[in-house]
Amino acid sequence: MVDWIVFVVGAVIAIAGALGVLAAKQPVHSAVLLVMTLFGVAVLFVSQEAHFLAAVQVIVYAGAIVVLFLFVIMLLGVDRSEDVRVETLKAQRQIAAVLGVLALAELVALSRFHFVLGTKSVAGAASEPGANVELIGKSVFTRYLYPFEITSVLLVIAVIGAVVLSRRIRTSEDVR
Amino acid sequence: MMALLAQVTDAGDPLFEKGVKLFSTVMLIVLIKAVLAFVILLVAVLLMVWFERKVISDMQDRIGPNRAGPWGLLQTLADGTKLFFKETLFPERADKAVFRLAPYLSAVPAFLTFAVIPVGGVVHWFGHTWNLQLADPPIGVLFSLAISSIAVYGIMLAGWSSGSKYPLIGSVRATAQMVSYEAAMGLAVATVVLKSSSLRTGTIVAQQVGTAHIGRLSLGWISGWNIIALGFVPAIIFAIAGTAELNRPPFDLVEAESELVGGFHTEYASARFAFFYLAEFMNTITMSALIITLFLGGPLGPDTGIWGLGRLSPVWFLAKLLVLLFCYVWIRGTLPRFRYDQLMDLGWKKLIPAALFWLLVIATIRLGGSTGDKLLHFAVAIPVVAIGVWVLVTAMRRGRERTDAKNAAMAAKTLTTGRPGRF
Repeated sequence: MVDWIVFVVGAVIAIAGALGVLAAKQPVHSAVLLVMTLFGVAVLFVSQEAHFLAAVQVIVYAGAIVVLFLFVIMLLGVDRSEDVRVETLKAQRQIAAVLGVLALAELVALSRFHFVLGTKSVAGAASEPGANVELIGKSVFTRYLYPFEITSVLLVIAVIGAVVLSRRIRTSEDVR
Repeated sequence: MMALLAQVTDAGDPLFEKGVKLFSTVMLIVLIKAVLAFVILLVAVLLMVWFERKVISDMQDRIGPNRAGPWGLLQTLADGTKLFFKETLFPERADKAVFRLAPYLSAVPAFLTFAVIPVGGVVHWFGHTWNLQLADPPIGVLFSLAISSIAVYGIMLAGWSSGSKYPLIGSVRATAQMVSYEAAMGLAVATVVLKSSSLRTGTIVAQQVGTAHIGRLSLGWISGWNIIALGFVPAIIFAIAGTAELNRPPFDLVEAESELVGGFHTEYASARFAFFYLAEFMNTITMSALIITLFLGGPLGPDTGIWGLGRLSPVWFLAKLLVLLFCYVWIRGTLPRFRYDQLMDLGWKKLIPAALFWLLVIATIRLGGSTGDKLLHFAVAIPVVAIGVWVLVTAMRRGRERTDAKNAAMAAKTLTTGRPGRF
């Protein structure tokens, strides 16, 4: 009963937020509603006993990434609604529609035919109390060590790339 | 009734052992705990505002509030009542929805962090065994970090939605400051987690029982609180970063009145302003409580044998809280405000490298302790750490030299041409 109530509340928050992100005219409103969705998902994680994921979800996505979104929106002054009739990329809408239908079909197929459902959980059974963090740590630093390290290298490359692209090379001429 | 020792286990809250049903005593206890924590925190804020004004006025040789109630104790109540009955205003260019939302985004996280703070031991009341703590999730420490990262939104959105330039500058400053200092804070917390090998706040407190020791060598009567066991550095870093996170003096650039009018809440009045005020003081209390939990042994104290004054007692917690709150007021009364570049320098170039270095040291000691092969690990780890520190220090020194040379060249150019040089 309690589980069910928690699930319904979390799901409603997440879905309402997600719809709001699409419907809001202001980019800032969209960002705030995105935070709401992330919170709803975090609640669902908690109800599945994945406490660590819930905390990391809030710290990383809500606490860092959306804050950066807002920062950029505020600093660049793009905080006003755009005309949605203008198509920036050609045939963007049609392609998006096709991809959306494909993604939906994939979801339905996965839930219908059990392609991935039933595989072993990486983090171990959620019934082990308090073991969630240890199991995630163990799998990240043993079995999934290389993917984990490669991802972090990728992020470092992205950061360095951004710095190199945005940095103007200063010559002695500049110090005039 | 208080248990003599905290249970040094990683098990869940004893209250939920038999499962949770809707409309049960367990649910009622949880509800009562939540309401009680909220009321206690609100009353604490009322007293804290009075305490701060009284102590500051003593330091400045004034009398301070002395009209409402004995010693002016009811001054905050009077101010609060006035604020709540004032007219609510909207600036013309404000984004109304966000403008309304921001005070709540500031006040709610301030309260939430307090939920994971253990204020006492385990009690057996109403036929159930429960912690004197609103909630003890397995990720308690991460929860408090997550909530403090949410608190940024209140300030950020308040500044943006006001549609006015000073609040916007204040909120941009606040966001940069809070995001920067969160990194140092997280690293300091990581050392605590390394030592207690748990993210649960109850376990972190339980790990600080007894006296400090290096390996098997006991250090006699010296307490095992994390501030000593971890060698002071993480505690100091956490306290500095925490003060910056609170936007309290000397880090109150967010609302520097001589530069930004009132900072992010310039356009706010009445009840909405009261919420920001409430959040600020609530945050001060919860941050002190967090420092106590992580570094000062939480509710641990000497066992006096008197009922209610056992090993784990809210009385000890309250005593430590008072000392820390006095320190916060003291700092505010004595230290001048930082300049913005000094603030960023302190955060990025001093606190984060120091915290990172200390984390490596603690990790090395921990590794040596857990494997038993101490000599080998120290022989490998110490040179690695030393090389890392050397690289970092050299990079910082070269960066500084380059900046200094450039500034000098620019100043010389300005002198000779009379025009300011450009970067």
